[in-house]
Formats: sequence, C-alpha cells, structure tokens
Amino acid sequence: MTDAKYPRSEVNLDKCKGCGLCIAACPKKVLVFSPKLNSKGYHYAEYVGSGCVGCGNCFYNCPEPDAITVYLRNYDPEKEV
Amino acid sequence: MKKTMLRKPKGFVDVYVHKAGAEKDRTHYCPGCGHGILHKLIAEAMEDLDIVDDTILISPVGCSVFAYYYFDTGNFQAAHGRAPAVATATSRANPNKVVISYQGDGDLAAIGGNNIVQAANRGENIVVFFVNNAIYGMTGGQMAPTTLEGQVTTTTPYGRNVDTDGYPMRMCEVISQLTAPTYVERVSLHDAPHIRKTRAAVRKALQNAKERKGFQFVEVLSTCPSGWKMDPVKSMEWVKEKMLPLYPLGVYRDKGDEARVITRPVPVMDPAEVWKKLGISAEADVDFPRGDVADEYKKMSIRVAGFGGQGIMVTGQALASVALEYGYNVSWLPSYGPEMRGGTANCSVNIQDGTIGAAEAVKPTMLLAMNRPSLEKFEKTIVPGGTLIYNSTLIDIEPVRKDIKIFPVPITGIADDKLGNIRVQSLVNIGAYAAITGMFKVEDVVKLLPKLFKGKKQSIIDLNAKAVKAGFDYVKENF
Repeated sequence: MTDAKYPRSEVNLDKCKGCGLCIAACPKKVLVFSPKLNSKGYHYAEYVGSGCVGCGNCFYNCPEPDAITVYLRNYDPEKEV
Repeated sequence: MKKTMLRKPKGFVDVYVHKAGAEKDRTHYCPGCGHGILHKLIAEAMEDLDIVDDTILISPVGCSVFAYYYFDTGNFQAAHGRAPAVATATSRANPNKVVISYQGDGDLAAIGGNNIVQAANRGENIVVFFVNNAIYGMTGGQMAPTTLEGQVTTTTPYGRNVDTDGYPMRMCEVISQLTAPTYVERVSLHDAPHIRKTRAAVRKALQNAKERKGFQFVEVLSTCPSGWKMDPVKSMEWVKEKMLPLYPLGVYRDKGDEARVITRPVPVMDPAEVWKKLGISAEADVDFPRGDVADEYKKMSIRVAGFGGQGIMVTGQALASVALEYGYNVSWLPSYGPEMRGGTANCSVNIQDGTIGAAEAVKPTMLLAMNRPSLEKFEKTIVPGGTLIYNSTLIDIEPVRKDIKIFPVPITGIADDKLGNIRVQSLVNIGAYAAITGMFKVEDVVKLLPKLFKGKKQSIIDLNAKAVKAGFDYVKENF
C-alpha cells in the first residue's frame, strides 16, 4: 500500500527567504508562494499538499541549509532515529 | 546507505553560534544567493564522505568570509586573495586533513591571482571551490576580472570596455594550462540538472582530496541577485544566457586515476622540537659570569652607524653575540642601502634582561657613530643621559649635546696605526664598549672570537683579539 504522505516537501517557513528558486525548480509545480508573510516579511514557499515525486530539486536549489526538508518515498518515521 | 530524507546536512553546525546578531538559525546570505547552494552541496558531500571532522576550510574575503559561521570544520580566515597560501601552509602542516580553499572571483582572480596560480602549479593537496558570479558582490557589485564584456557594474556604468578594462578571465582555462593540477572542472548552478552536476563535481573533488590526490579546482558559475539587481530566478536565466557562452562548462583536467600521493616534509610545529633540530638549548645558555655593570648600562638600546664597509653590521652582531653569552636577551636589526660598500649603514642592537619589544633603536641609550653623517643624523636621537661614542679619527666636528656622556675614540686610527689593518675597527669598538659599560670582559670576548670568526685564519683571530684589547685600553687610559 502506498502511503500518500511520502514523498513530501516541507518548507520551514521562518527560514525561507522567499527567493522562489524551489518553486522555479519544481517539475510538478507543487510548491507555491504563500499569500502570507513569515516573521522576516517574506512570502515564503509552501507545499500544496500533494503531487511531490521526491526528486529533491527544491532541496538542492534552495540556498538556505535548513529551509527545505524532503521526505523521500522510502521515508519511514518509525525507522528514523 | 540510501537516503530517506533530504535535510540540513551534518557538514553544517546545528546552531550558528559564531554568527553575529540574534538570528543564529539562518545564513546571512541574500535570498537566492549561489553561495548557499554550494555550501549545501559541500556540507552534504562532507557528511556523506565522512570527512567533516577531518576538514579545514579556509574562508576568503567576500560574502563567504563567514563560511566559518556555518561549516562544522576547522577554519582559518585568510587575507584577501591569500586563501591558497594559507591553505598551502595548513595542508603542509596537516598532511592528513582535507583542506578547502573557498574563494570568490574578486578574491581568486584579481588580488589573489598569483596565489592561486602558484598553489596550483605546486600541486598542493587542496580543494579550491571558486565561485564565479562575475562581480565583487560583497562590496556592492564592482567589476571583477570575470565581469563580462559590456556588463554594467557600479564601476563600469557604461559596461565593461575590453579596451580599457581587459577581457573576462577564464580561470579554469588558466589553471588547466599547468602540469600539476589533478582535477579542473567548471560547473554551474543555473538550474536543477546543473546543480546535480555541480554536486557530482564537489563530491569528486572532495573524494580526490580524501585520497590525497593533489590539487582540485572546481569553478562554479553562480549568481548574485543583489549585486546584479535581478530577482533570483532571473539571475539563474542570466547565468544560462550570458555566462555559459563565455565560460564553457566541462572537465578541463581529470587525471585522478593516475595522480600519485605526494609526501612532503611536514613542518615542525613544536618549539622544543625546533630548538632540538637547530641544535640549541631552549634554556638560556650562560657561558660567562657577569661583572659589575652600572645601572645605566643594564638596559642597552644601541645604534651603530657609519659607512658601509666600516664593519657596522659586524660590530652590531658582535655586541649581540657576546651579550648573549652573558645571558642577556638581545636583538640585532640591520638597515642599509643597496650598496655593498660606500653607502650609509646602521644597525640597532638591544641588550637587556627583559623582553625586547621594538628591535629598532629609535631612541638609543648609546650611539656609536663611525663617521660624521652618522653623528649628525643620530646625535639628536640619543636619550638624555645616554652615551655617545664617536670615531674621532674621521669626525672633525664636536658633538652639540651637553646632556649625554661623550667618548671620542679614534677607532679608525687605532685600527690603522696600532694594528695596521683598518678592517679590525669592529673589534676596537667592542673593546671600547666593554671598557665604558663594564658589560664584557676582554678575555671573554677573546674566547668567543673563534666562534665569531668561524672559518677565518688564526692570524685574523689573533689580530682581532689585539683590537679588542687596544679599544679597551684606549678608553681605560683616556677617560
């Protein structure tokens, strides 16, 4: 059975600087600018909630070390330490 | 192990504790900055290759100067353009570490242009990540050597003119002309597929470094959205459209398979080892017991000055060498023109028990003037109550100072008339100094002469022994 939860991209909204590189790099167009502002005053990126294929483009295009985490297809929260 | 998630790599520190300000959880880079992307690739590769604790990163000058906020590695911050030189020293002293020189284009291609070429030519065991964003980003977007023809920057408001500013420098091509480098590649960050290629290049360079395979050079075409005054996504397009035609991507050198591990001498870092290798004891080596020295001569700052060829430097060296044998701290600092003989020359000698600060005798407690220009130039610098010894054979004027002790000694005359050789003036000086200060005993100096004149004939040593005695006796008889 496929767990629809993964793969999934997660944006750490307060660390996002709203550069838009992840949005431009996403082949499935499942990342968008939020209409809301984060604490730094940026329209941060956010995952629309479905459609991620776990390619990792957003992670590697993002210049901020900790702004995006991608949970890949084989991610299992119970197996993570 | 297959990854199950892509998250902040362990090559970064958890919290950027060294970062100034309150925001210790995010980088200082502007939105969309290429540095952040490359940082992430390097940090990830270091984690995956398990070299985080074995890596020393050299920060350059530029925005990435603060790389030490983020990477969980050792770090040195180098002066502008000198990262390859600092990396060389770091690598030589730590041959088992991975040393990364992270540099921008202003740093590497302009002020550090020679540094990088020489380090590459020596095949130093370092990895250079060269971030080329075609301008000086940190200082506000000025023209760099890599700025494109016609590109508008704050210092080329009408566009870079190759007739006045030269052509954009292609560093991969320059470096790959050299024999030594192991791996040279140019990659780009302008889209996701190329970021993957950059990731592969970063990993390859670090893998080579882990295997000690010499000089690795990865040029990364990057963006500066703030400096270029573009939004981050447009910046990526600009790299593709404008930079790629001028800076062709690809591998310029890859001889990783045939590279041999070079073993170089490791510098000795422990002071005790250095002393041992030099064959000298770190402890004060006192050969002669001290006599009675008047308080005013216990802390000497001496200027010896005269013509080149008058033995000025030998006098200074002999003063320092002899004082050393009495257990004093000494320094000797020469100052002379380009001429071997005939120019003016002087040296500064410090002799004291405490730590010597400045080696230059700016305000000497004693001046030994061997000719008239030296007396005229330095007499006024003597501290009040200080001592002046001057060569009365050659100096036909009287000193003007009244607040100092003055000893006219016919140094040249003694050497020439009494000893028949004007070349022994230096040791006449030492004799006079010994008599005035009481710091040296003539027999001690004579005992040292074979060491001071190592390799010279016995007749020369004997003549110099007479010179010391003659200088000493003259002062004792006349003052």
